[in-house]
Order: sequence, then structure tokens, then C-alpha cells
Amino acid sequence: MVETSDIRVVRCGGSKVNLTPPIISSDSRFVLCTSGDLVKVYSTRTEEWLHSLQGHTNQVTGITLNPANHLQVYSCSVDGTVKLWDFIDGILIKTFVIGCPLFAIYVSEKHTGVLFLHVSMATDSKNECFQLVSVHLPKSAEQEVEAKEMSAVSSHISKNPSCTAFGRGGEYIAFARHLQLNVYFFRKQKTYSFSLKATDKKGAKNAFTCIACHPTDDCIATGHEDGKIRLWRNFIHKKEYTYSTQHWHHNAVNTLCFTPEGTHLLSGGIESVLVQWQYGADNRKEFLPRLGGSILHISASSDGQLFCTSHSDNKITVIESSFKVCGVIQGLVKGDAVLTDLMIDPRSKALVLNGKPGHLQFYSLLRDKHLYNLDIVQQEYIYEAGLDQFEVVKAAFDIKGSWLATVEERGKKSSDLEFFLKLWAFDERTQSFVLNTTITAAHTDRIISMCFSSSEETTMLVTAAEDSQFKAWCQGADADTQQDQNFWSCDFVGSYHKLNPTNCSFSADSSLLAVSFQEVITIWSPDTWEMLTTLCQPPGVIRDLCFGRLSCSKYLLGTTTKNLLCCWNLLTCELEWSTSVDVSKLQPDPFSENVAAFSYQSKHTDLFVFKPSEPRPLFTNKNVCSEKVHRAVFVPREEPLNSCDESTQWLNRSQLYFLTQNMDLLTFSTATEEDRMLSSSKQLVIDDSVAVTPFYLLLGKHRQQQQKLNTQSHPVSDKPQQTQGSVTIKELLHTPAHVLPAASVLCSMFVNSFLISNTGVQQDPLREEMDSEKEEEDSEEEMEACDSQQELRAQGSVDEVTPKLSKAQERELKRVRKTDFSWMAGLIDSKP
Amino acid sequence: MGEFKVHRVRFFDYMPSGIRALAFNQDTERMAVARMDGSVEVFHCSDRFFQEKIIPGREQCGIEGLSWVGERLFSAGLNGGITEYDLTNQKVKYTIDAYGGPIWTITGNQQGTHLAVGCEDGTVKLFEVNEDQIQFERNLDRQKSRIISLSWHPSGSKIAAGMMDMIQVFNVETGHSIHRMLADRGAGTSRSKECVVWSVVYLSDGTIITGDSVGMVKLWDDQTGTLIKSHNVTKCDVLALSVSQNEDSLVAGTSEGIVVQFQFVSMVLEKDDKEWVRTRTFRNHTHDIRAVAEITTAVVSGGMDAQLVVRPLLDKIEVRSAASALRKIHFPHRRLVSCARKSGLMLFQYPGHLELWRLGESEGKGTPGSSLFVKRNPEKLLQLKVKGEDHIRCSAVSPCGGWIVYSTASTLRLYRLHCDNNNISITKISKLPKVLSSANQLCFSSDSSHLFSASAQSSVHIASLSQSGCKFVGTLKPKSGSHQAIHLLAASEDGKWLASANSDHEVHIYNLQTQKAHCTVPVYSSAVTAMGIHPATNCLFMMHADQQMFEYSIEQKQYTDWSRTVQRKGLHRFWVERDTPCLNVMFNPQNPSHVILHDMYMLCIIDQSLPLPDDKTQFYNQLTLKSLTEEQRKSQSHAFKVCKTFKDRPLHLYVCGLSEEVCFIKRLQIVPC
Repeated sequence: MVETSDIRVVRCGGSKVNLTPPIISSDSRFVLCTSGDLVKVYSTRTEEWLHSLQGHTNQVTGITLNPANHLQVYSCSVDGTVKLWDFIDGILIKTFVIGCPLFAIYVSEKHTGVLFLHVSMATDSKNECFQLVSVHLPKSAEQEVEAKEMSAVSSHISKNPSCTAFGRGGEYIAFARHLQLNVYFFRKQKTYSFSLKATDKKGAKNAFTCIACHPTDDCIATGHEDGKIRLWRNFIHKKEYTYSTQHWHHNAVNTLCFTPEGTHLLSGGIESVLVQWQYGADNRKEFLPRLGGSILHISASSDGQLFCTSHSDNKITVIESSFKVCGVIQGLVKGDAVLTDLMIDPRSKALVLNGKPGHLQFYSLLRDKHLYNLDIVQQEYIYEAGLDQFEVVKAAFDIKGSWLATVEERGKKSSDLEFFLKLWAFDERTQSFVLNTTITAAHTDRIISMCFSSSEETTMLVTAAEDSQFKAWCQGADADTQQDQNFWSCDFVGSYHKLNPTNCSFSADSSLLAVSFQEVITIWSPDTWEMLTTLCQPPGVIRDLCFGRLSCSKYLLGTTTKNLLCCWNLLTCELEWSTSVDVSKLQPDPFSENVAAFSYQSKHTDLFVFKPSEPRPLFTNKNVCSEKVHRAVFVPREEPLNSCDESTQWLNRSQLYFLTQNMDLLTFSTATEEDRMLSSSKQLVIDDSVAVTPFYLLLGKHRQQQQKLNTQSHPVSDKPQQTQGSVTIKELLHTPAHVLPAASVLCSMFVNSFLISNTGVQQDPLREEMDSEKEEEDSEEEMEACDSQQELRAQGSVDEVTPKLSKAQERELKRVRKTDFSWMAGLIDSKP
Repeated sequence: MGEFKVHRVRFFDYMPSGIRALAFNQDTERMAVARMDGSVEVFHCSDRFFQEKIIPGREQCGIEGLSWVGERLFSAGLNGGITEYDLTNQKVKYTIDAYGGPIWTITGNQQGTHLAVGCEDGTVKLFEVNEDQIQFERNLDRQKSRIISLSWHPSGSKIAAGMMDMIQVFNVETGHSIHRMLADRGAGTSRSKECVVWSVVYLSDGTIITGDSVGMVKLWDDQTGTLIKSHNVTKCDVLALSVSQNEDSLVAGTSEGIVVQFQFVSMVLEKDDKEWVRTRTFRNHTHDIRAVAEITTAVVSGGMDAQLVVRPLLDKIEVRSAASALRKIHFPHRRLVSCARKSGLMLFQYPGHLELWRLGESEGKGTPGSSLFVKRNPEKLLQLKVKGEDHIRCSAVSPCGGWIVYSTASTLRLYRLHCDNNNISITKISKLPKVLSSANQLCFSSDSSHLFSASAQSSVHIASLSQSGCKFVGTLKPKSGSHQAIHLLAASEDGKWLASANSDHEVHIYNLQTQKAHCTVPVYSSAVTAMGIHPATNCLFMMHADQQMFEYSIEQKQYTDWSRTVQRKGLHRFWVERDTPCLNVMFNPQNPSHVILHDMYMLCIIDQSLPLPDDKTQFYNQLTLKSLTEEQRKSQSHAFKVCKTFKDRPLHLYVCGLSEEVCFIKRLQIVPC
């Protein structure tokens, strides 16, 4: 067996950002959200991903700001720990080990040092029983502390974390399950519960879906399954409690949120309309429609200036208080199912799959960023359950990435199937795909499989459909049209004994086309459209088909429904070998001979990586995940790893991503890779004192280059010099134009900042200090920022040695500062 | 259950009139309701909202406001007069003119000393309430526009008046205006329209609450005369407001047909800074709500759809029971139809006229459940318009079909009906005895030889009828008891006994042969809604508003054994929880043990020979019984046989007459105006 210890399965990229409510930092500069095992920090202004808080070993299920320190954040995870982070620097401050899976976290200012957590009480996952517990955090200086002091608050807890909320100033906590609302008062230690009827005559569905408490008044807002919002008051009386009802949403209210001042209530649901209710004047409301997927969570910043909504299409929208969308943070869109294969766009190296309904999305896995959506269907999508709408079901790229073929389809359930085959050409000018040809009736029945030929000269598309035909499509073969002959038309129609084709594939050099018809594989020559041979290995319908690459080009691999993996030698037309394994996905690596096969057996999936020519697998990983794997893709690396280890060699040139049935995108990472990631992330601390504007990025890049140059020649003087230069630029850019001095004055100062770098060979640090002193006088703030930046640097990089000044030295420095060095400036000024 | 011939009578299109005003008397728990046709009804709130008293209206008498002063009821209307009602005899006591043009509102102070009316000419007039009359005292400062609504401060020292575009607060002592508060007009096109302050409520803490035509409920401070808060309730008008007795809840009725509740709740629990917060919304009406009243345990509302809705407030109710269920009262709790059993005639009583119809005839006998061939269609024989402005109070047709009698507040008219084949003629009996000037209830003896007329002081006059005319025979007077008006009369089949029931729940039985009071049935706490004397046994069967039933043997002057058994075992939960009172008691001549009862929605036959159901047995068991065999049926069946549908349609019964094998079922159309 191959050693597997240094290769592990990780959730990397494309995780859900909409699992928990996003939180906005108190200065409204950052949005934090959970994403798989990470907590990601985004900038609200630029929507850029700044950094992530890495440390949990399982899904992060909740984050909340530390009420005692607004620069810190608590996160809880299924791995049973609560971690306290400094989210600006991305530093893990403390880890509290709770010991059981955690599903949500709540804190309140009134209860300092106490966390409220959702824990699962059931031993098996089937009968879900959640409990709300309070955990006293032990005061200890250690990094990792075990928190043992737990007490249960209630066990009538819904598994939905939005059904629990703290009331005014943490006096009470309100939680709902099914049809019962409970309010627990901490001081009295008493629970009041109110229940609603399941249904009434008018067909109301009264189950609770979410809760929000007013920040200053004793008013609890609850959302219900039928779209009603109830505002509860007077809930310390068993009978004299009262509520008012509002109804706008036509379906369940997913989330409710009061603004920090309590003047408005925000609600959202499946309609993807953000509704703002004025508190106290109930029928005055505002709407922000067409936000995309249904709204799952809403959160408001502490000053009430920004709102964040997270949507079912893995998106976070940043909204100003004036109800204007000011930013969208888009994660990998994963609908209910990915119908297309996972593909790699050869040009952008982006992952391509189904995105928004009717779109293909381009997603950069390296940067974990959504690039753009390509509208395939070009029809308005209606967000309503039960409608039959067009969906992209197949897509394929040619080898250069200049052509894209898509199939969209409607009427899966009903008998009248409707589908289009579309071909898209890449437009160099606009750098996007442009619709070239739409074929309305490419086949008489559903298209099963589709592939481009891989030769460089001619591009050819082959589609195989359930009407027992396969068709070859070529560009410009139609003589009737007198135009530029850019359009695609049918070149050849092939069939075999009226059998339904199941798959088709081109060989690496495009000299052969293999089309499988049920149990039979036919090999065709695309040049002459002559059937060369048939291969057959009954019993079992062929499921997957692929040619070997590079040195293994003579092999053809196929999997059947009867759990056989066969390998034919195309030179001899004989079966080379076959093995009995239930392969759910066969994925060849385009850059090597390797082929990855996922096999599903007794509730877990195993991975085998092998070369068709060798009988022994290169790499085996038992129990990759517990679900079936249907989609996988090899993603080429930007720079190849040079690992010599036999087991990790197959990951050198490309990386294997796969998608499970739960829509988790997983990949394999090696130990060396992780080390490299960790070290690089340390250096990525971003100077946030400056707004990240495009202009800043330009300058920043310039600065980095400078820095590099400097580090080569004189590493010690590098830092202060760099600071000084940026201060001048900062001043130039940040001072309002009407208070700026004359340009001539500025010019000399500006030039100065550059001159120093040239003259500053082995300059004493005092001189630098003096210059920055001058700046300090008029821009104290910015100086502070620079200082903090320096500190960050000191914390972040371990290997950099910063000279630390003793007290005596500092005093000396101050003395030197006060002496007049203006003559020196004069000297500099006089320089040509 | 027996076999009956069923007539479907769909030509009684009685239309109840819309509700204009409500007034609740906390001490006596009575709710007074004024309708658009000028009639005033009094409901007993703690007796399942039984309609105790009906004072019929007059033509051209639009009542705009109602007010209780102590136990006296006053109304004022657009004819400019203030009317006091004689509730004992259920008639108008007197009307005096206020000399201020049409009156829009009337309200009495809590001390019970004064009445204030708001007039078209812009004056608020104060009337002093004396022992037997009211007397004009003075005018408050005259305003330029009409006074739409008024409300006294509970101390009686200030009055808030709602007008066009403004609210004025008056000092009652000086009569001068203290504050003048302007109500905003609506935005947009409605800016040119005046804002009508339809309703105003003055709370003891000095808050004035107004409801206006812009759809706002506004709260004002009477110290500073400023607006505290405004709630936009609706896009159209807020027509009525009412505050609860302890001033912690307010209801507003709108022209959209919804009632909105506001509650005075503390925003932070256990602290005193309370605010008015909009809480519940009740949607029980289809049309404009003209009047609302918040009583101790419920919200009562009425409007143009003519139904009185009693919506219980569950937070104020101690024990949930049938008495505290949602109640909708559409039709009077009186019989408006009488039938001549022997000749197949029906008399329908409308407010301003009477209609006489002859029922259709059919051939032969059909199998149960089948419809018979109609030989002759029902036809309208007669329409009799009332002379004068008064509306009909009661009417009757004699069992033989030869006499028709009706009474208004001022006159009683008796007609002789000649009906030979297709020729119909009526003659008015001109010389009536003087005592028969007006009646509260009318009834013929079963052989049509006598007319019984209930009049003042709970007395019943007897007149004998013959071809020549009508002759006064005597007067029956109760030995003792109250002098409330009689609302039910029942004569025995053999002509020997007469029973009368009055609003004080008293039932007197008279011997007609001696013309003396025979006995008095023990007074029960709930009003009698229907009664009848059994033709064979001469037992009086009584139904009460709380759905209890009693059988009283007249000859033995005691309750019968069956009645005692019923009281001991108690009635089934489903029977007691019905929300409309029984309107008629009849007996099956074929089977003496059958008593037939009906209310608005069901027909019930009680078989006194069968065991009574207890709470565990299935009450509505007709369908189950059908599926059982003969022997099993015997063990399963119980005394109550209830029919709620006829040919799969819900019943709207208004009256059932019964002769031989014919049962008349009426369908009423409920058509709101």
C-alpha cells in the first residue's frame, strides 16, 4: 500500500459563505463570514478577500463579535472548539475546547465571559435534539483551555440557529421550536412559553422560522412559515401577552433583523426581496427587490450604516442604509445539482460549471473568487418553486478555449422535452464568449454526451443523443450561406444498430473517436467517418469512456454498469486488462498518463490513481468521503510542484478537485503544499490604513517592487525609507485639494522622498526619523497608522529582525530630533 | 326521525338593516344597537347575546348616536331630535327637538348628569338629565363646521369634539374652547378633500384619540394640544373608536371592514412608560364598520353588512367556554314568519309591509329523499303596506287562514281574509276594542276563535273573533312580578291554556276558561327563546338562550320527570356550544314523544323516549346510524337527531311550521346592502 499520510482531503475553495449570518466589524470596514473550515475576512468597500482565519479542523458553524473587544471574534465549529481571533491581523488568540460538536454561538454584553452554544445531544444524527448551554470561559493565560463549566439553559431548541436571539441588553433569551415560543429570563430564571395553533381555518402555517429581539424595547419579532411576522409584547404575562401580525412575504420568512437603533425591522425570504418595516408604523415599508437567490440571513453593522444579506446562491450582498447595493461577495454558486461536468476553461484556467440558474459560472480556484457568469439561456429566471425553466445541462470547451458548446433543456419531468445546442466563440476583443450558433433541433431526443475534438487545426464537435444517433458538427461546412462561413452545421450522422449511444470521446490526437452504444464501443476515424472496429465486453452498459494520454495513448478505458473497469489496447484491439470495481467517475489527467477513478462501495468512496499501462495503482485513498462522487476535474497548477515522493508525484502538475453529492468541493493537498501556503499567508498582511482603491493597488505594486530591490542591496534601511516615501504619497493623495499648498512646494517634497532612496547609502536611522518627524507634525494620524503597520510587520514575519531600541537609546533619539537639521534639507533642496 | 314533506321556501328575502351605532352599558351588561332603519335593539351580553328587546323604527328616522345614561337609553338622529326609549314597554318614550339641525352625535357623561349632542350648525348642546325628562341647559362656543363626534373627559369637566379638519377641546364650565388641534388632510389628490374626524375618545390621563377619514388614528395631548403619535391604520376611513373600561385597549373600526386593536403596553417590561401599540387585527366584516364597542371580554362591531360580530378577547377571559366563542348575529331572534297550518299560508313580516304566500302543492307520495312533482307553484297572494310611518312590531296569521293581524307602535290592525279559489279579498275590521290599540306580541288560538294580544304591564288581552267582528273578552294579568313586555305567547291546542314569557325571564300560565293566572314557572337565569305547549300532555316546553331546555307540566305545576332527568344528566357539549338560540318549539302529531326544535342553522328532533347522550357519545350520529343494522341502531341512537344540511346544502332556517306531515323550511338570502 502506498503511504497516504501526507496527502489529505481538504475543503478548499468554493465553500458556502451563506451558512451563517455574516458579521460586519464595528467600524464597518470588514465583513466576516464562515467558509468551510475557515472564517473569511472581506473588505466591505472593495469586496476583496483580505485574509482568512485558519485553524478549525471542521466546518465553522458560527461567528460572533466579542462584546468585550470589538476587534476580536469568537468562532465555533463542529470540531468542538471555540476560538477567539484578532480578525484584523488574523491571529488566533485562544482556543476553548468544549468537547462536543457546536452548531451556533451567541454572546451578550451583559454576560461577560459566558458563551451560549447550541450543542447536539443525540448520539446519532437521525433524531436531532439540540440544547442551548451556557459555557463559562475560564480565565487562563494559556493558548488552549478546556472549558468545562457548562450549564444547560434549555433543551427546547430548534436546529435552526436563527430561532434563538437575545433580548434587550441580554436580560432574556428568546427561542422557538415548531409552534412554541419560549422566553427565558436570566434574572428570574423563569421561562415563559407561548404556543400557536398549527393551522387555523384560513390555512395559516404558524411554525416559527426565525426570531429577532428589539434592542431597546421588550418586543420580539418572529417569522413564520406562511410569511407572517408577529411582534410580541407583554410576554411576562401568561394570558395578557399580545402580538400584532404583519403579512407581506408569500412564503416562509427566513430571517429577521432589527437595526441597532431599533427603528426598523428587516426581513427576507424566498422572494429575494429585502423588506424594511418601520418599527411602530407597521404598514410603512420599503423594498429592495431582485437581490438574486432567496435571502437566508441579514445582519446590520453596529452603527446601522450597512446591512449584509446572504443568499442561497452563495452570495453576500452589502447594502447601504439608504437601500442601495454597494457590494457583492460571490462564492461558488452551487444550486441543487451540478448538471454540467466540472470543466476548466483553457484560457483563464477557471473552473466552469452551472452557476446561477441558466448561467455558466467561471470560478478561479486559485484565488477562490467568482470571476463572472455567462448567461447561456438568456431568459429571465423566475424565483418560484415548481416552475419548469431552462437549465444548462451540458457544456464543453475545445482544447484552446476558443469554442464553448452548451446544451440547455427544459421539460425534464413532463414529456415535451425542449432543448437547444448553442456554440459560443471566444471574442478576443471583449474577452468573453459570444453566441455563434444556436441549433434548435440538433437531435430528436435528449443529448447524452458531447465532446470537442482535441486537434489543433480543425475543431469538431460530436454529440450523442438518445435518438440512437451521434452527430459531428463542423464549422462553416454549410455551402448555402454566403457569409463568412463562421457558423456550425452538421457534418456527419452516425448510428450503430439503432442502439442508444451512452458516451463519446476523442483520443488525445483526435485521430480516433470512440462512441459507446450500450454494451458496444465503436471506434471511428473522424477523417473518413469510417467505423474502424468495435469493442465489446458484456455484460453491462458502458458508463464512462476515456482514452489514455501521452505514452498510454494506445489504451482506451471504459467502465460499465456491471462494475467492470476495462482497458483495451487499440493496437491489438484486445482487452488488455479488466478489474471488477464500481467506478462512479473516471477522470483522466490531461497533463500526464494518470487516470483517477472514484469507486463507491458500501457507503464510502475510494480513489484510485493509476496509469493504464501499469497494473499497480500509483495512489490509493480509501474513504475519501462518505457520499458518491460524480464530478471531478484535474486543475493544472500555476507552477508545478517538484515532489519526488512516489505517492504525491501525481499531484505535481495538476490538482484533483471533486464534487460530492452534498455539493462539497474537495481536493487533495500535500504536506509541502500546505507548508508553503501557511508561510505565504503570513506575508499577506495588508495595510488597511489605506483604502484599497485601484490607484492604491498601482502604487502598492510599485512600492513592493521597490521593496524587493532594496532588500537585495540594503535590508536594514529598507523599512523606514519605504514608510517615509508612502507618507509623502499619502499626504499628497489624502489632503483635500483646497487645503494643499502650492504645487511647487509639494513638488520638492515629493521629489525629496525619491531622492533619499538614491542617496541613502548606509544612512543613519536618525536622519530618517527626522524626516518622518516633519510629517508627523501635520499628519499625526497617518503616522500612527504607519507605526501600527510596522508593528504588524514585526508580528507577522518571524525571520525579519527588527532593531529594538532600549530606553536610553530612545531618549538619545529624542534629543537628536530636537536639534536643528534644517541645513541638511537646504542642502537637498539645492541639489539639481 | 320520521318522514316529512319539505317545502323549500326561497321567497322570503328579508334584508336586515345595517348597524349604525352601538352603546354598551357596563352595569346592566346590555348592548344597545341602532340600525339604519331606525330600530333599536337591546342585547344581553352575559346571556349569550340574546336579543332581549326590539324597538321598531320609523320611516325617515336615521339614528346617528346612542347613549346610555344610567339605565336610560337615548338616541339622536339626523331629524334633529333626541329620543328617550321606554325599555320596559319597548317603545319610544318621547322625542324633543334640539333646534340645532341634524344631530351627528350624542354622548352622556359618566356622572349621568348631562347629555351632549353635536349638531350640524356647529354647536355642542348640553342637556340636563332630569328624573323623567331631559332639559336643554346651554350651548358651548359655536363653531363654524358641524360637530361629527364628541367625547367627555371621564371627570366631566372637558369635552373633545371632532369636526371637519380639526378637533376642539371645550371646558364645560365656561363653555369656551381650550385647544384647537388641526387634523392633517391626506396626501396627493385627497388634499383637497376635508378630513372628517369621525370618532374621538377622551382618556382620563388627558390623551385624546381620534380616528379620521384619512385613515389615521392619532393621539393628542390635551395639556399642550399637540400630536403625540399617529398610526396609519388604513387607506380609507377610520369610522369608529372605542376604549375599554380600564383604558388599556382601544379598538378602531374602518371602512375596509377590519377592526384594529391598540393596546397600552409598557415598552420595557415592568416599567411604567407605556405606549399605545397596534396589536391585533380582526377581519370579520365584509363592509364598512360603523360602530365598535369594547366590552369587558370581547370586541363588538357592527356595520353595513348588518351583522353584529362579538369577537372574544382571549386574554380577558377566565375560562374558555361556549359563552365566550366568536359570535355573529345576522337576524333577529324573533319569528318574523307565521303560518296558517290548515290552509298552507305563510305570512312574512318585513319592516314596512306584510306578504302572504300560498305554498305549492305536489302530487302523491314519494320515496324518502326524492323530490316531488310540483302541481302548483307557490304564489304571492297579498302584500299589505303599513299605514303611517311606524314599522311593524309583530304580526300573525290565524291557523285557519282567515285572519291577519299586525301591530305597530301606535296601531293594531285586524283583517278578515276571504279566499275562495283564486279570488282573494280582505276586509279591515274597523271597530276594534279600545284596549287593542297596540301589542307587543300577537297570537291566535288554535281554533282561530280568539286573538291574544300582549300589551303593557305584562298583561294579555283576549278578543273573540267571529264573522261579525271582534269583541273584547277579558284581560289576563299576572299575579305579581315585573311589568316587562311580553315577547312570547303560546296557546295550547285544546284552547285551555296560554303561556306568556317576558323579558325578565318570567313565564306565566293562564287558564283561559277561568281567565285567571294559573301558575308561574320558576324563573330561570336565562331568557326564554322559544316555547310551546304539547297538544297531548299539555306540558310547556321551553328553550332558553343558554341552550337549556325545560318541560313543565301545567296540570301538575311542576317540571316533568324527563325535564328533571335532562337537568340531572346535563346536555351534550355540542348542544350547549351552539351559538344561535332556538327559535321555535313544535310537536309531531304522529309521535307524541317527538319535540321539534330549530335555530338558524339546524333542525333537531328530540325523541323523549330514547336515552340522552352523555359527553362521550357521538352527538351528530346520523351518518353512523345509517351504516348500522337495525339492532345496532337501537343501541346507538340517542334522543337528539340533528339535521344541518338539506340536499347537501347548509340550512338557513328561519321558521318551520308543521301540520300533519309537512315541514316547512325556509332559506334566507343574506344580502348585505
